[in-house]
Amino acid sequence: MSIYNIKGLAPLALVTLLSACGGSDNDIDNDGVIDTPAPMPVEMSYEVTVTNLTYAQPLSPLAVVLHGDSALWTVGEMASTPLEILAEGGDNSELIAMESILASVSGEAAVGPGASTTLTVTTTDEMATHLSIVSMLVNTNDAFTGLTAMDLSSLTVDNPQTWTLGVYDAGTEANSELAGTIPGPADGGTGYIAERDDVDFVAMHPGVVTMDDGLSTSVLTQAHRFDNPAIKLTITRKQ
Amino acid sequence: MKLKSLFAVAALAAGSSAVQAQDLNITVTNLTQAIYFTPLITAAHTADNQMFSTGSAASTQLQAMAEGGDISGLSTLLTGVNADINENPAGGLLAPAMSTSFMLTNSENNDYLSLTAMILPSNDGFVGLDSWMIPEEAGTYTIYLNAYDAGTEANNELVVEGSGAPGVAGIPAAPGGDAGTGGTGVTSSEGNTMVHIHRGNLGDDNLSGGSSDLTNNVHRWLNPVAKITVVVM
Repeated sequence: MSIYNIKGLAPLALVTLLSACGGSDNDIDNDGVIDTPAPMPVEMSYEVTVTNLTYAQPLSPLAVVLHGDSALWTVGEMASTPLEILAEGGDNSELIAMESILASVSGEAAVGPGASTTLTVTTTDEMATHLSIVSMLVNTNDAFTGLTAMDLSSLTVDNPQTWTLGVYDAGTEANSELAGTIPGPADGGTGYIAERDDVDFVAMHPGVVTMDDGLSTSVLTQAHRFDNPAIKLTITRKQ
Repeated sequence: MKLKSLFAVAALAAGSSAVQAQDLNITVTNLTQAIYFTPLITAAHTADNQMFSTGSAASTQLQAMAEGGDISGLSTLLTGVNADINENPAGGLLAPAMSTSFMLTNSENNDYLSLTAMILPSNDGFVGLDSWMIPEEAGTYTIYLNAYDAGTEANNELVVEGSGAPGVAGIPAAPGGDAGTGGTGVTSSEGNTMVHIHRGNLGDDNLSGGSSDLTNNVHRWLNPVAKITVVVM
């Protein structure tokens, strides 16, 4: 209801603004020079909703970030250290703090299996042309899911776009599934360690094996297995 | 089909010819962490010349590709039906997470795009695209591909030299050099002899024994296993 009201008011507010500007736009001052008023900053706002589609893989607090036209990860290329930190331990603070990030919002808590969460990111920065979202599947060694470098110019106001997205492997930590290596509730082990003992490139994740399917040293059970897709993502431009 | 004919009529009426050669810039990315693709074969062809079809038995040419990575039979078949073909763009194996790009120009009526390559290590697994209709509108299109099982060989998961020949059970090679030995065999039968979605490698956690020569936390995969980007010029 309140959203509806705000939408109803918006055109009026816009008209008022435009007429206010119009009054001064074409003024000729005493010095004869036509004023060029600074352009009004345009605020862009994107609402992001994620649903966790897995059985027993909580998602670490979401990072929703706006940036220019460059990907936060590419299949076949090395993961950045901030991505490694997120993918191994669920900590998104380094990724959000990257210089290339122009606007961001972080989830306040993990998103449990079957749960959904909605976050809104707002900016007036014209360089913030692309959106990325990323989160760790916490009962894994270094699995993450998300979307990177989504071109925001394809979004029009109040026309949501939806994706179902798969799981990537950061390639920075071997999928040992050993006790002590998995930060989620299945283990409570260590998250990020700087050493890279895996292929050292990003790829799609092969899935977890678990102790119930032939990896006798795994701390995971059949419940932690997942398949693609792992999340449903909806992005709506609000203004 | 009806829609397509209508569109063609509309295009003709607008003074443009819809049925003509298109230049396609194609990029194939292996999305997996540890699975290799043998030389790819990509073809633009007519609707009735599929390279493979789920729920149908594999041709002997598809079998040779899926069991041993040999695309010469498929190439001969496709040449015989005037398909436009690209072979082996990566100059050998397409390694995990790597990409390869190539150009393909399709001639009139070759409106469908297909692609196959064997996946290693597997007995008769392959990555495939079956008859994707090439859009008339210029643009960039992305397609995600699944792994299929040719249904021609039991998935025993044993690495056996020379098993790339049709009818010889086994995985011809594990290019990552990371397979084990001494497995007893995961299965000796192939109950579904139609082309189907691959159920994945099982693997085990014993490099010198167990049932499989593959490693369960290395050689598995989840779909999709490949991404194709097609730029229609």
